[in-house]
Amino acid sequence: MSTLSYAVADSATMLRRQLRHMQRYLSVTVFLVGMPIVFLLLFVYVFGGTLGDGLGGPAGGRAEYLEYVVPGILLIAVAAGGTGTAISVAMDMTEGIVARFRTMAIYRPSVLAGHVLGSMIQTMLAVAAVTGVALLIGFRPNATPVEWVATAGVLAMITLALTWLCVAFGLVTKTVEAASNLPTPLVFLPFLSSGFVPTDSMPTWLRWFAEYQPFTPVIETVRGLLVGTAIGNSAVIAVAWCAGITLVGYLWSRRLYNRDPIR
Amino acid sequence: MTVTPSQPAITVTGLRKSFGDTLVLDGIDLDVPQGTVFALLGPNGAGKTTTVHVLSTLIRADAGEVRVAGHDAARDPDAVRAAIGVTGQLTAVDNLLTGEENLLLMANLRHLDRAEGRRRAAALLERFDLAEAARKPAATFSGGMKRRLDLAMGLVGDPRIVFLDEPTTGLDPRSRRTMWEIIRDLVTGGVTVLLTTQYLEEADELANRIALLDRGRLVAEGTPDELKRRIPGGHVRLQFADPDGLEAAAGMLGGAVRDEEALTLQVPSDGSVTALRVLLDRLGGASVEVSELSIHTPDLDDVFLTLTGQPTKEEAAR
Repeated sequence: MSTLSYAVADSATMLRRQLRHMQRYLSVTVFLVGMPIVFLLLFVYVFGGTLGDGLGGPAGGRAEYLEYVVPGILLIAVAAGGTGTAISVAMDMTEGIVARFRTMAIYRPSVLAGHVLGSMIQTMLAVAAVTGVALLIGFRPNATPVEWVATAGVLAMITLALTWLCVAFGLVTKTVEAASNLPTPLVFLPFLSSGFVPTDSMPTWLRWFAEYQPFTPVIETVRGLLVGTAIGNSAVIAVAWCAGITLVGYLWSRRLYNRDPIR
Repeated sequence: MTVTPSQPAITVTGLRKSFGDTLVLDGIDLDVPQGTVFALLGPNGAGKTTTVHVLSTLIRADAGEVRVAGHDAARDPDAVRAAIGVTGQLTAVDNLLTGEENLLLMANLRHLDRAEGRRRAAALLERFDLAEAARKPAATFSGGMKRRLDLAMGLVGDPRIVFLDEPTTGLDPRSRRTMWEIIRDLVTGGVTVLLTTQYLEEADELANRIALLDRGRLVAEGTPDELKRRIPGGHVRLQFADPDGLEAAAGMLGGAVRDEEALTLQVPSDGSVTALRVLLDRLGGASVEVSELSIHTPDLDDVFLTLTGQPTKEEAAR
Protein backbone atom coordinates (compact mmCIF):
# COMPACT_ATOMS: atom_id res chain seq x y z
CA MET A 1 0.00 0.00 0.00
CA SER A 2 1.13 3.54 -0.63
CA THR A 3 1.57 6.19 2.03
CA LEU A 4 -1.71 7.78 0.98
CA SER A 5 -3.72 4.58 1.27
CA TYR A 6 -2.11 3.92 4.68
CA ALA A 7 -3.13 7.43 5.71
CA VAL A 8 -6.72 6.81 4.64
CA ALA A 9 -6.87 3.28 6.11
CA ASP A 10 -5.38 4.31 9.48
CA SER A 11 -7.57 7.42 9.75
CA ALA A 12 -10.64 5.29 8.99
CA THR A 13 -9.58 2.82 11.70
CA MET A 14 -9.19 5.65 14.19
CA LEU A 15 -12.55 7.11 13.17
CA ARG A 16 -14.23 3.75 13.80
CA ARG A 17 -12.58 3.73 17.22
CA GLN A 18 -13.99 7.19 17.96
CA LEU A 19 -17.47 6.18 16.83
CA ARG A 20 -17.32 3.15 19.16
CA HIS A 21 -16.27 5.46 22.00
CA MET A 22 -19.27 7.69 21.30
CA GLN A 23 -21.57 4.66 21.43
CA ARG A 24 -20.08 3.59 24.76
CA TYR A 25 -20.07 7.15 26.14
CA LEU A 26 -23.60 7.80 25.01
CA SER A 27 -24.23 10.26 27.87
CA VAL A 28 -21.73 12.74 26.37
CA THR A 29 -23.34 12.52 22.95
CA VAL A 30 -26.80 12.97 24.45
CA PHE A 31 -25.58 16.00 26.41
CA LEU A 32 -23.94 17.60 23.38
CA VAL A 33 -27.12 17.17 21.32
CA GLY A 34 -29.54 17.94 24.14
CA MET A 35 -27.90 21.09 25.48
CA PRO A 36 -28.45 23.29 22.39
CA ILE A 37 -32.01 22.00 22.08
CA VAL A 38 -32.69 23.11 25.65
CA PHE A 39 -31.19 26.51 24.77
CA LEU A 40 -33.44 26.74 21.72
CA LEU A 41 -36.57 26.00 23.73
CA LEU A 42 -35.47 28.33 26.53
CA PHE A 43 -34.81 31.26 24.24
CA VAL A 44 -37.92 30.78 22.13
CA TYR A 45 -40.47 30.03 24.85
CA VAL A 46 -39.07 31.98 27.82
CA PHE A 47 -37.36 35.02 26.29
CA GLY A 48 -38.75 34.82 22.76
CA GLY A 49 -42.00 36.76 23.28
CA THR A 50 -40.27 39.83 24.63
CA LEU A 51 -37.11 39.67 22.54
CA GLY A 52 -39.17 39.16 19.36
CA ASP A 53 -41.04 42.39 19.96
CA GLY A 54 -37.73 44.22 20.28
CA LEU A 55 -36.59 43.11 16.85
CA GLY A 56 -38.88 45.71 15.35
CA GLY A 57 -40.20 43.50 12.59
CA PRO A 58 -43.80 43.56 11.32
CA ALA A 59 -44.96 40.41 13.13
CA GLY A 60 -42.95 40.63 16.35
CA GLY A 61 -43.20 38.20 19.22
CA ARG A 62 -42.17 34.57 19.57
CA ALA A 63 -42.50 33.53 15.91
CA GLU A 64 -40.23 36.31 14.72
CA TYR A 65 -37.65 35.57 17.41
CA LEU A 66 -37.57 31.88 16.48
CA GLU A 67 -36.71 32.90 12.95
CA TYR A 68 -33.96 35.16 14.27
CA VAL A 69 -32.32 32.95 16.92
CA VAL A 70 -31.85 29.60 15.11
CA PRO A 71 -28.40 30.43 13.61
CA GLY A 72 -27.14 31.49 17.07
CA ILE A 73 -28.34 28.23 18.61
CA LEU A 74 -26.68 26.25 15.81
CA LEU A 75 -23.39 27.94 16.69
CA ILE A 76 -23.93 27.05 20.37
CA ALA A 77 -24.22 23.42 19.24
CA VAL A 78 -20.95 23.74 17.29
CA ALA A 79 -19.13 25.34 20.23
CA ALA A 80 -20.44 22.72 22.67
CA GLY A 81 -19.19 20.04 20.31
CA GLY A 82 -15.76 21.65 20.59
CA THR A 83 -15.83 21.23 24.37
CA GLY A 84 -16.58 17.54 23.83
CA THR A 85 -13.61 17.28 21.46
CA ALA A 86 -11.18 18.87 23.92
CA ILE A 87 -12.33 16.51 26.69
CA SER A 88 -12.12 13.40 24.56
CA VAL A 89 -8.65 14.28 23.24
CA ALA A 90 -7.36 15.08 26.74
CA MET A 91 -8.79 11.80 28.07
CA ASP A 92 -7.20 9.87 25.25
CA MET A 93 -3.78 11.39 25.89
CA THR A 94 -3.82 10.19 29.51
CA GLU A 95 -4.40 6.59 28.34
CA GLY A 96 -1.57 4.20 27.58
CA ILE A 97 -3.17 3.27 24.26
CA VAL A 98 -1.97 6.48 22.60
CA ALA A 99 1.59 5.71 23.72
CA ARG A 100 1.15 2.34 22.03
CA PHE A 101 -0.03 4.04 18.80
CA ARG A 102 3.17 6.09 18.87
CA THR A 103 5.26 2.92 18.88
CA MET A 104 3.45 1.49 15.85
CA ALA A 105 4.22 2.03 12.19
CA ILE A 106 1.00 3.87 11.42
CA TYR A 107 0.14 7.16 9.75
CA ARG A 108 1.02 9.37 12.67
CA PRO A 109 -1.68 12.06 12.36
CA SER A 110 -4.38 9.37 12.15
CA VAL A 111 -5.03 9.55 15.91
CA LEU A 112 -5.92 13.23 15.59
CA ALA A 113 -7.71 12.69 12.29
CA GLY A 114 -9.94 10.11 14.03
CA HIS A 115 -10.81 12.65 16.71
CA VAL A 116 -11.53 15.42 14.20
CA LEU A 117 -13.69 13.25 11.94
CA GLY A 118 -15.54 11.73 14.89
CA SER A 119 -16.22 15.13 16.43
CA MET A 120 -17.37 16.51 13.08
CA ILE A 121 -19.92 13.71 12.79
CA GLN A 122 -21.08 14.18 16.38
CA THR A 123 -21.43 17.95 15.99
CA MET A 124 -23.18 17.75 12.65
CA LEU A 125 -25.66 15.32 14.24
CA ALA A 126 -26.28 17.90 16.98
CA VAL A 127 -26.72 20.61 14.33
CA ALA A 128 -29.21 18.42 12.44
CA ALA A 129 -31.12 17.68 15.65
CA VAL A 130 -31.37 21.39 16.53
CA THR A 131 -32.56 22.19 13.01
CA GLY A 132 -35.13 19.40 13.27
CA VAL A 133 -36.52 20.67 16.57
CA ALA A 134 -36.58 24.23 15.23
CA LEU A 135 -38.64 23.08 12.25
CA LEU A 136 -40.97 21.17 14.58
CA ILE A 137 -41.71 24.24 16.69
CA GLY A 138 -42.46 26.42 13.70
CA PHE A 139 -39.19 27.59 12.12
CA ARG A 140 -40.03 28.21 8.46
CA PRO A 141 -36.91 29.04 6.42
CA ASN A 142 -37.34 30.02 2.77
CA ALA A 143 -34.04 28.45 1.69
CA THR A 144 -33.72 26.70 -1.67
CA PRO A 145 -32.03 23.25 -1.78
CA VAL A 146 -28.81 24.97 -2.88
CA GLU A 147 -29.03 27.35 0.08
CA TRP A 148 -29.58 24.40 2.44
CA VAL A 149 -26.44 22.72 1.10
CA ALA A 150 -24.53 26.00 1.44
CA THR A 151 -25.77 26.32 5.05
CA ALA A 152 -24.51 22.82 5.81
CA GLY A 153 -21.21 23.75 4.18
CA VAL A 154 -20.74 26.91 6.26
CA LEU A 155 -21.60 25.05 9.47
CA ALA A 156 -19.22 22.23 8.53
CA MET A 157 -16.45 24.78 7.98
CA ILE A 158 -16.86 26.44 11.37
CA THR A 159 -17.15 23.00 12.98
CA LEU A 160 -13.90 21.88 11.37
CA ALA A 161 -12.19 25.08 12.51
CA LEU A 162 -13.36 24.85 16.13
CA THR A 163 -12.69 21.09 16.24
CA TRP A 164 -9.03 21.54 15.28
CA LEU A 165 -8.70 24.38 17.76
CA CYS A 166 -10.23 22.20 20.49
CA VAL A 167 -7.97 19.26 19.59
CA ALA A 168 -5.07 21.62 20.37
CA PHE A 169 -6.81 22.61 23.64
CA GLY A 170 -7.09 18.94 24.54
CA LEU A 171 -3.41 18.38 23.79
CA VAL A 172 -2.02 21.45 25.50
CA THR A 173 -3.76 20.87 28.83
CA LYS A 174 -2.40 18.34 31.28
CA THR A 175 -5.68 17.28 32.87
CA VAL A 176 -9.13 16.46 31.58
CA GLU A 177 -10.63 19.11 33.91
CA ALA A 178 -8.47 21.84 32.40
CA ALA A 179 -9.36 20.62 28.91
CA SER A 180 -13.06 20.96 29.68
CA ASN A 181 -12.58 24.55 30.92
CA LEU A 182 -10.42 25.90 28.13
CA PRO A 183 -13.10 25.92 25.38
CA THR A 184 -15.73 27.52 27.67
CA PRO A 185 -15.24 31.00 26.13
CA LEU A 186 -16.24 29.48 22.78
CA VAL A 187 -19.64 28.57 24.20
CA PHE A 188 -20.12 32.17 25.34
CA LEU A 189 -18.97 33.80 22.12
CA PRO A 190 -22.28 33.21 20.29
CA PHE A 191 -24.02 35.30 22.98
CA LEU A 192 -21.64 38.20 22.28
CA SER A 193 -22.50 38.16 18.59
CA SER A 194 -25.49 38.89 16.38
CA GLY A 195 -26.86 35.46 17.30
CA PHE A 196 -29.36 36.42 20.00
CA VAL A 197 -29.99 40.15 19.54
CA PRO A 198 -28.96 42.54 16.76
CA THR A 199 -25.57 44.10 17.50
CA ASP A 200 -26.91 47.65 17.08
CA SER A 201 -28.85 47.21 20.33
CA MET A 202 -25.55 46.78 22.25
CA PRO A 203 -23.39 49.50 23.88
CA THR A 204 -20.69 50.76 21.50
CA TRP A 205 -17.72 48.89 23.01
CA LEU A 206 -19.56 45.55 23.06
CA ARG A 207 -20.99 46.19 19.62
CA TRP A 208 -17.50 46.68 18.25
CA PHE A 209 -16.44 43.32 19.71
CA ALA A 210 -19.62 41.57 18.55
CA GLU A 211 -19.24 42.79 14.99
CA TYR A 212 -15.62 41.81 14.61
CA GLN A 213 -15.59 38.41 16.31
CA PRO A 214 -15.68 35.31 14.09
CA PHE A 215 -19.12 34.00 15.04
CA THR A 216 -21.03 37.04 13.78
CA PRO A 217 -20.15 36.69 10.06
CA VAL A 218 -20.88 32.95 10.28
CA ILE A 219 -24.25 33.60 11.91
CA GLU A 220 -25.10 36.36 9.41
CA THR A 221 -24.23 34.04 6.52
CA VAL A 222 -26.32 31.18 7.88
CA ARG A 223 -29.22 33.54 8.62
CA GLY A 224 -29.03 35.03 5.13
CA LEU A 225 -29.01 31.57 3.52
CA LEU A 226 -31.91 30.27 5.61
CA VAL A 227 -34.31 33.22 5.88
CA GLY A 228 -33.05 35.55 3.17
CA THR A 229 -31.61 38.48 5.16
CA ALA A 230 -28.77 40.42 3.53
CA ILE A 231 -25.44 38.55 3.62
CA GLY A 232 -23.19 41.25 2.19
CA ASN A 233 -19.52 40.50 2.74
CA SER A 234 -20.24 38.23 5.76
CA ALA A 235 -19.76 35.06 3.71
CA VAL A 236 -16.25 36.05 2.62
CA ILE A 237 -15.27 37.07 6.14
CA ALA A 238 -16.76 33.85 7.55
CA VAL A 239 -14.76 31.70 5.12
CA ALA A 240 -11.59 33.62 5.95
CA TRP A 241 -12.11 33.20 9.70
CA CYS A 242 -12.83 29.47 9.31
CA ALA A 243 -9.77 28.91 7.14
CA GLY A 244 -7.57 30.88 9.55
CA ILE A 245 -8.80 29.11 12.70
CA THR A 246 -8.53 25.71 11.00
CA LEU A 247 -4.94 26.40 9.97
CA VAL A 248 -3.91 27.67 13.41
CA GLY A 249 -5.67 24.78 15.18
CA TYR A 250 -4.19 22.20 12.82
CA LEU A 251 -0.61 23.48 12.99
CA TRP A 252 -0.79 23.92 16.76
CA SER A 253 -2.23 20.42 17.24
CA ARG A 254 0.36 18.86 14.97
CA ARG A 255 3.16 20.55 16.85
CA LEU A 256 1.80 19.52 20.24
CA TYR A 257 1.24 15.94 19.15
CA ASN A 258 4.72 15.57 17.66
CA ARG A 259 6.42 16.59 20.89
CA ASP A 260 7.87 13.77 22.95
CA PRO A 261 5.00 12.57 25.12
CA ILE A 262 7.24 12.43 28.17
CA ARG A 263 9.36 15.47 28.87
CA MET B 1 12.61 -7.97 7.99
CA THR B 2 16.21 -7.11 7.19
CA VAL B 3 17.72 -8.73 10.27
CA THR B 4 20.40 -11.26 9.34
CA PRO B 5 21.38 -13.92 11.86
CA SER B 6 24.75 -12.29 12.46
CA GLN B 7 23.16 -9.01 13.53
CA PRO B 8 22.19 -8.46 17.14
CA ALA B 9 18.51 -7.63 17.71
CA ILE B 10 19.30 -4.49 19.70
CA THR B 11 22.47 -2.45 19.98
CA VAL B 12 22.74 0.70 22.02
CA THR B 13 25.83 2.86 22.25
CA GLY B 14 26.33 5.84 24.52
CA LEU B 15 22.62 6.47 25.05
CA ARG B 16 21.94 9.65 27.00
CA LYS B 17 18.65 11.28 27.94
CA SER B 18 17.73 14.17 30.23
CA PHE B 19 14.34 15.53 31.24
CA GLY B 20 14.95 19.19 31.89
CA ASP B 21 17.91 19.36 34.29
CA THR B 22 17.57 15.76 35.38
CA LEU B 23 19.98 13.36 33.73
CA VAL B 24 18.05 10.10 33.46
CA LEU B 25 20.29 7.99 31.23
CA ASP B 26 24.00 8.63 31.43
CA GLY B 27 25.68 6.70 28.63
CA ILE B 28 24.06 3.28 28.28
CA ASP B 29 25.58 0.54 26.10
CA LEU B 30 23.59 -2.61 25.37
CA ASP B 31 23.94 -5.55 23.06
CA VAL B 32 21.06 -8.01 22.82
CA PRO B 33 21.53 -11.09 20.60
CA GLN B 34 18.54 -12.38 18.66
CA GLY B 35 16.27 -14.92 20.29
CA THR B 36 17.40 -14.15 23.83
CA VAL B 37 15.85 -12.56 26.89
CA PHE B 38 17.61 -9.51 28.22
CA ALA B 39 16.58 -8.10 31.59
CA LEU B 40 17.15 -4.55 32.74
CA LEU B 41 17.16 -4.79 36.50
CA GLY B 42 17.01 -1.83 38.83
CA PRO B 43 15.01 0.07 41.44
CA ASN B 44 12.40 2.72 40.68
CA GLY B 45 13.95 5.75 39.04
CA ALA B 46 16.98 3.86 37.70
CA GLY B 47 16.03 4.71 34.09
CA LYS B 48 14.56 1.36 33.01
CA THR B 49 11.33 2.74 31.61
CA THR B 50 13.11 5.63 29.88
CA THR B 51 15.41 3.12 28.18
CA VAL B 52 12.39 1.17 26.90
CA HIS B 53 10.74 4.41 25.77
CA VAL B 54 13.79 5.35 23.68
CA LEU B 55 14.27 1.84 22.27
CA SER B 56 10.59 1.60 21.30
CA THR B 57 10.72 5.04 19.58
CA LEU B 58 8.26 6.64 21.99
CA ILE B 59 10.78 9.35 22.86
CA ARG B 60 14.00 10.54 21.25
CA ALA B 61 17.46 10.14 22.71
CA ASP B 62 19.61 13.20 23.39
CA ALA B 63 22.75 11.39 22.31
CA GLY B 64 23.98 7.95 21.37
CA GLU B 65 23.03 5.41 18.77
CA VAL B 66 20.11 3.01 19.03
CA ARG B 67 19.65 0.22 16.50
CA VAL B 68 16.67 -2.10 16.78
CA ALA B 69 16.15 -4.93 14.28
CA GLY B 70 18.92 -3.43 12.20
CA HIS B 71 17.28 0.00 11.91
CA ASP B 72 18.34 3.30 13.40
CA ALA B 73 15.66 4.39 15.87
CA ALA B 74 16.30 8.09 15.28
CA ARG B 75 16.54 8.06 11.48
CA ASP B 76 14.05 5.34 10.59
CA PRO B 77 11.61 4.99 13.49
CA ASP B 78 8.84 3.48 11.35
CA ALA B 79 11.07 0.56 10.34
CA VAL B 80 11.78 -0.08 14.03
CA ARG B 81 8.07 0.23 14.86
CA ALA B 82 7.17 -2.36 12.24
CA ALA B 83 9.48 -4.91 13.90
CA ILE B 84 8.57 -4.46 17.57
CA GLY B 85 5.78 -5.11 20.04
CA VAL B 86 5.56 -3.05 23.22
CA THR B 87 3.89 -3.68 26.54
CA GLY B 88 4.17 -0.64 28.73
CA GLN B 89 4.03 -0.13 32.45
CA LEU B 90 0.88 1.89 31.98
CA THR B 91 -1.35 -0.73 30.41
CA ALA B 92 -1.92 0.36 26.84
CA VAL B 93 -5.38 -1.04 26.19
CA ASP B 94 -8.45 0.90 25.09
CA ASN B 95 -10.70 0.58 28.12
CA LEU B 96 -13.90 1.40 26.21
CA LEU B 97 -13.35 -1.37 23.67
CA THR B 98 -13.82 -5.08 24.30
CA GLY B 99 -10.89 -7.49 24.37
CA GLU B 100 -11.64 -8.61 20.84
CA GLU B 101 -12.11 -5.07 19.52
CA ASN B 102 -8.75 -4.08 21.00
CA LEU B 103 -7.03 -6.89 19.14
CA LEU B 104 -8.86 -6.14 15.88
CA LEU B 105 -7.85 -2.49 16.24
CA MET B 106 -4.23 -3.61 16.34
CA ALA B 107 -4.78 -5.93 13.37
CA ASN B 108 -6.22 -3.01 11.36
CA LEU B 109 -3.32 -0.75 12.28
CA ARG B 110 -0.89 -3.49 11.26
CA HIS B 111 -2.75 -3.50 7.91
CA LEU B 112 -3.60 -7.20 8.06
CA ASP B 113 -6.48 -8.28 5.89
CA ARG B 114 -9.79 -8.85 7.64
CA ALA B 115 -9.75 -12.64 7.75
CA GLU B 116 -6.13 -12.78 8.92
CA GLY B 117 -6.85 -10.15 11.59
CA ARG B 118 -9.82 -12.14 12.92
CA ARG B 119 -7.80 -15.33 12.87
CA ARG B 120 -4.93 -13.82 14.87
CA ALA B 121 -7.27 -12.12 17.32
CA ALA B 122 -9.08 -15.39 17.99
CA ALA B 123 -5.80 -17.28 18.38
CA LEU B 124 -4.40 -14.71 20.83
CA LEU B 125 -7.63 -14.65 22.89
CA GLU B 126 -7.36 -18.42 23.16
CA ARG B 127 -3.64 -18.46 23.91
CA PHE B 128 -3.88 -15.80 26.63
CA ASP B 129 -6.94 -17.32 28.24
CA LEU B 130 -9.10 -14.32 27.35
CA ALA B 131 -11.75 -16.06 25.24
CA GLU B 132 -14.42 -15.49 27.88
CA ALA B 133 -13.58 -11.82 28.23
CA ALA B 134 -13.48 -11.20 24.48
CA ARG B 135 -16.83 -9.40 24.42
CA LYS B 136 -16.47 -7.41 27.62
CA PRO B 137 -15.00 -3.89 27.75
CA ALA B 138 -11.39 -3.89 28.92
CA ALA B 139 -12.36 -1.50 31.73
CA THR B 140 -14.02 -4.45 33.51
CA PHE B 141 -10.89 -6.68 33.33
CA SER B 142 -8.80 -7.68 36.35
CA GLY B 143 -5.18 -6.50 36.52
CA GLY B 144 -3.82 -9.81 35.29
CA MET B 145 -6.29 -9.97 32.40
CA LYS B 146 -5.50 -6.42 31.34
CA ARG B 147 -1.81 -7.22 31.34
CA ARG B 148 -2.39 -10.33 29.23
CA LEU B 149 -4.54 -8.37 26.77
CA ASP B 150 -1.87 -5.69 26.68
CA LEU B 151 0.79 -8.24 25.78
CA ALA B 152 -1.52 -9.94 23.26
CA MET B 153 -2.06 -6.57 21.54
CA GLY B 154 1.69 -6.15 21.18
CA LEU B 155 1.87 -9.55 19.48
CA VAL B 156 -0.84 -9.09 16.84
CA GLY B 157 1.73 -7.94 14.30
CA ASP B 158 3.93 -10.99 15.01
CA PRO B 159 6.92 -8.85 16.11
CA ARG B 160 10.45 -10.28 16.22
CA ILE B 161 11.41 -8.07 19.15
CA VAL B 162 9.21 -7.49 22.19
CA PHE B 163 9.68 -4.87 24.90
CA LEU B 164 8.09 -5.61 28.26
CA ASP B 165 8.24 -2.84 30.83
CA GLU B 166 7.77 -4.40 34.28
CA PRO B 167 5.41 -7.05 32.94
CA THR B 168 4.57 -8.52 36.36
CA THR B 169 4.64 -5.52 38.70
CA GLY B 170 1.42 -5.49 40.70
CA LEU B 171 0.37 -9.00 39.66
CA ASP B 172 -0.48 -11.73 42.14
CA PRO B 173 1.95 -14.70 42.27
CA ARG B 174 -0.25 -16.89 40.08
CA SER B 175 -0.64 -14.27 37.35
CA ARG B 176 3.10 -13.68 37.55
CA ARG B 177 3.79 -17.37 36.89
CA THR B 178 1.39 -17.29 33.93
CA MET B 179 3.19 -14.25 32.52
CA TRP B 180 6.55 -16.00 32.89
CA GLU B 181 5.22 -18.99 30.96
CA ILE B 182 4.01 -16.70 28.20
CA ILE B 183 7.39 -14.99 27.96
CA ARG B 184 9.21 -18.34 27.79
CA ASP B 185 6.88 -19.45 25.00
CA LEU B 186 7.68 -16.29 23.06
CA VAL B 187 11.39 -16.97 23.24
CA THR B 188 10.87 -20.56 22.18
CA GLY B 189 9.22 -19.10 19.08
CA GLY B 190 12.41 -17.17 18.32
CA VAL B 191 11.33 -13.77 19.61
CA THR B 192 13.87 -11.49 21.26
CA VAL B 193 12.61 -10.08 24.57
CA LEU B 194 13.89 -7.05 26.43
CA LEU B 195 12.18 -6.76 29.79
CA THR B 196 12.60 -4.51 32.78
CA THR B 197 12.03 -5.65 36.31
CA GLN B 198 12.62 -4.74 39.92
CA TYR B 199 12.82 -8.38 40.93
CA LEU B 200 16.08 -10.30 40.89
CA GLU B 201 14.06 -13.52 40.99
CA GLU B 202 12.24 -12.59 37.79
CA ALA B 203 15.42 -11.68 35.92
CA ASP B 204 16.98 -14.90 37.18
CA GLU B 205 14.01 -17.00 36.01
CA LEU B 206 13.73 -15.52 32.53
CA ALA B 207 16.85 -13.77 31.34
CA ASN B 208 19.87 -15.00 29.44
CA ARG B 209 21.63 -11.79 30.35
CA ILE B 210 20.94 -9.18 32.99
CA ALA B 211 22.05 -5.56 33.05
CA LEU B 212 21.95 -3.76 36.35
CA LEU B 213 20.82 -0.17 36.04
CA ASP B 214 21.36 2.38 38.79
CA ARG B 215 20.76 6.11 38.46
CA GLY B 216 21.04 6.08 34.70
CA ARG B 217 24.21 4.00 34.51
CA LEU B 218 24.84 0.32 33.88
CA VAL B 219 26.68 -0.90 36.96
CA ALA B 220 27.01 -4.53 35.89
CA GLU B 221 26.09 -6.86 33.08
CA GLY B 222 26.30 -10.60 32.69
CA THR B 223 24.52 -13.91 32.89
CA PRO B 224 22.49 -14.50 36.07
CA ASP B 225 25.19 -16.87 37.37
CA GLU B 226 27.97 -14.39 36.70
CA LEU B 227 26.11 -11.73 38.61
CA LYS B 228 25.22 -13.96 41.51
CA ARG B 229 28.85 -14.91 41.95
CA ARG B 230 29.53 -11.25 42.61
CA ILE B 231 26.90 -11.09 45.33
CA PRO B 232 27.81 -11.99 48.88
CA GLY B 233 26.17 -15.13 50.21
CA GLY B 234 23.18 -15.08 52.46
CA HIS B 235 23.20 -15.24 56.22
CA VAL B 236 21.35 -16.69 59.18
CA ARG B 237 20.17 -14.25 61.77
CA LEU B 238 20.08 -15.53 65.36
CA GLN B 239 18.13 -13.72 68.07
CA PHE B 240 19.04 -14.31 71.74
CA ALA B 241 17.07 -13.82 74.93
CA ASP B 242 20.00 -12.36 76.89
CA PRO B 243 23.52 -10.96 76.37
CA ASP B 244 25.09 -14.14 77.81
CA GLY B 245 23.67 -16.26 75.00
CA LEU B 246 24.87 -13.75 72.42
CA GLU B 247 28.31 -13.70 74.02
CA ALA B 248 28.60 -17.49 74.07
CA ALA B 249 27.45 -17.92 70.48
CA ALA B 250 29.66 -15.12 69.18
CA GLY B 251 32.66 -16.77 70.82
CA MET B 252 31.88 -20.01 69.12
CA LEU B 253 31.03 -18.79 65.61
CA GLY B 254 33.84 -16.96 63.86
CA GLY B 255 33.04 -14.40 61.16
CA ALA B 256 29.66 -13.56 62.64
CA VAL B 257 28.48 -9.97 62.94
CA ARG B 258 26.98 -9.13 66.32
CA ASP B 259 24.50 -6.47 67.30
CA GLU B 260 24.68 -5.91 71.08
CA GLU B 261 21.55 -3.81 71.31
CA ALA B 262 19.26 -6.05 69.29
CA LEU B 263 20.91 -9.16 70.77
CA THR B 264 21.34 -10.64 67.32
CA LEU B 265 24.09 -12.41 65.49
CA GLN B 266 24.45 -12.59 61.68
CA VAL B 267 26.16 -15.79 60.64
CA PRO B 268 27.25 -16.17 57.00
CA SER B 269 25.49 -19.21 55.56
CA ASP B 270 24.01 -20.47 52.30
CA GLY B 271 20.83 -21.27 54.23
CA SER B 272 20.85 -24.98 53.29
CA VAL B 273 19.34 -27.57 55.63
CA THR B 274 22.74 -29.18 56.18
CA ALA B 275 24.37 -25.91 57.11
CA LEU B 276 21.51 -25.12 59.49
CA ARG B 277 21.72 -28.54 61.14
CA VAL B 278 25.47 -28.14 61.73
CA LEU B 279 24.92 -24.66 63.14
CA LEU B 280 22.13 -25.70 65.49
CA ASP B 281 24.04 -28.84 66.61
CA ARG B 282 27.01 -26.70 67.59
CA LEU B 283 24.85 -24.24 69.51
CA GLY B 284 22.88 -27.10 71.12
CA GLY B 285 26.10 -28.88 72.09
CA ALA B 286 27.20 -25.76 73.97
CA SER B 287 23.71 -25.36 75.50
CA VAL B 288 23.22 -21.90 73.96
CA GLU B 289 19.54 -20.95 73.77
CA VAL B 290 18.43 -19.30 70.51
CA SER B 291 15.06 -17.57 70.80
CA GLU B 292 14.58 -16.87 67.10
CA LEU B 293 16.19 -17.83 63.82
CA SER B 294 15.70 -16.42 60.32
CA ILE B 295 17.35 -17.16 56.99
CA HIS B 296 18.29 -14.38 54.57
CA THR B 297 19.05 -15.23 50.95
CA PRO B 298 20.75 -12.64 48.75
CA ASP B 299 18.32 -10.25 47.09
CA LEU B 300 18.38 -7.18 44.92
CA ASP B 301 19.43 -5.08 47.90
CA ASP B 302 22.51 -7.23 48.37
CA VAL B 303 23.31 -6.90 44.68
CA PHE B 304 23.11 -3.17 44.84
CA LEU B 305 25.02 -2.92 48.05
CA THR B 306 27.83 -4.94 46.53
CA LEU B 307 27.94 -3.44 43.09
CA THR B 308 27.25 0.21 43.80
CA GLY B 309 28.58 0.37 47.34
CA GLN B 310 25.29 2.02 48.27
CA PRO B 311 22.04 0.53 49.45
CA THR B 312 18.93 0.99 47.33
CA LYS B 313 16.66 3.77 48.47
CA GLU B 314 14.34 1.30 50.15
CA GLU B 315 17.10 -0.29 52.16
CA ALA B 316 18.50 3.08 53.21
CA ALA B 317 15.11 4.10 54.53
CA ARG B 318 14.86 1.10 56.80
